[in-house]
Amino acid sequence: MALLAEQPRNGHQLKLEFESTTGGVWPLNVGQVYTTLERLERDGLVSRTAGPDDTAQKHYELTAAGREALAAWWSLVPADEPPPRDELMLKVLFAMGRGPEHALAVITAQRSALLSLLQQHRRAQRAGPAPDISTAMVRDALVVRAEADLRWLDLCEARLTERKGTAR
Amino acid sequence: MTAMLEFDDVVKSFGQGLTEVRALRGVTLTVAEGEFVAVMGPSGCGKSTLLHLAGALETPSAGSVRVGGRELAGLGAAERSELRRNDVGYVFQRLNLIPSLTAIENVMLPLELAGESHRSVQQMAVAVLHTVGLDQRLDRYPDDFSGGQQQRIAIARAIVGHRRLLLADEPTGSLDTASGDEVIELLAALPQEQGTAVVLVTHEPRFASWADRVIFLRDGRVVDEALAAPATQAVVR
Repeated sequence: MALLAEQPRNGHQLKLEFESTTGGVWPLNVGQVYTTLERLERDGLVSRTAGPDDTAQKHYELTAAGREALAAWWSLVPADEPPPRDELMLKVLFAMGRGPEHALAVITAQRSALLSLLQQHRRAQRAGPAPDISTAMVRDALVVRAEADLRWLDLCEARLTERKGTAR
Repeated sequence: MTAMLEFDDVVKSFGQGLTEVRALRGVTLTVAEGEFVAVMGPSGCGKSTLLHLAGALETPSAGSVRVGGRELAGLGAAERSELRRNDVGYVFQRLNLIPSLTAIENVMLPLELAGESHRSVQQMAVAVLHTVGLDQRLDRYPDDFSGGQQQRIAIARAIVGHRRLLLADEPTGSLDTASGDEVIELLAALPQEQGTAVVLVTHEPRFASWADRVIFLRDGRVVDEALAAPATQAVVR
């Protein structure tokens, strides 16, 4: 809808624009785009319109209700309650059930994998600047999320080793 | 691959009997010439002890430490000093720059103490300050520089005279993120530009991710290591 607010577009244009705006990390199937457009049309948020050159391909534009829904979306804070399931968190929590040594081994393996990932991002950065600002921002997001996961693993390790120390 | 730093089943204990603390419990690792290795781990895992042993500031309780193929255990006090002066550079979180000496004088100091001629020392200091990105204001005092620039001067002092091994203990600890990034970028360039092997102790994944290899220590043991995927390395190199 944010892309349609700029100008009417067809499904293929939306797919390309979405992928370029998000740095290419989430490739879209054009069928998915049309399914979403049909759902939005059913809900009265978009409507079909003729293409710029009266081309056969239908374009979509936002309706007044669509503009209103988009305005609300900009200010909506994405705070899910309960938080979405996080596979890393689940792995560590379940590993605790098999004892602290196993949990520490899982933490170690996950941390190494995450750091390898960070190293790859860093190498990509050193190889040259991102082709555009969107890609740079997406890369930044992936890096800081990996850093946050690594910090959490450090905290888990500290809690586990502290508990082992107390138990001795 | 020529090994610059080798640890073979190294144990380091402090104190004796009931008060004995085992900082390292059998560490084996190799750092190649021109390799950048980061060491991570929780407080008290033995990271700094590892650097002290590599820099001949401590001696191992058991096992062997070799720098450039030289076994450190057999070295006398004079030879250790010579090793620290000629082969191994140290960078700490605390900069340890001498406030009453200018930037260039701080960098010249270790070589002058080694008895090198003033002229050649000065040329080397200018060259190494250029390497760390400082070309101007070399006659100013440390306090006239930002934290990141001061750390650059400290790195220049640590590598002047083409030392082959640089040991950096939390060098970004007192810096903001942007200055920290600059310092790590500089460390990461040294292996390629000068062939210096760099061992960086840090608790920040952000900085460790610059390294070719990341070693994890826990309770005085190496528990794992992370490498950037070989395919990605091939693309970049």
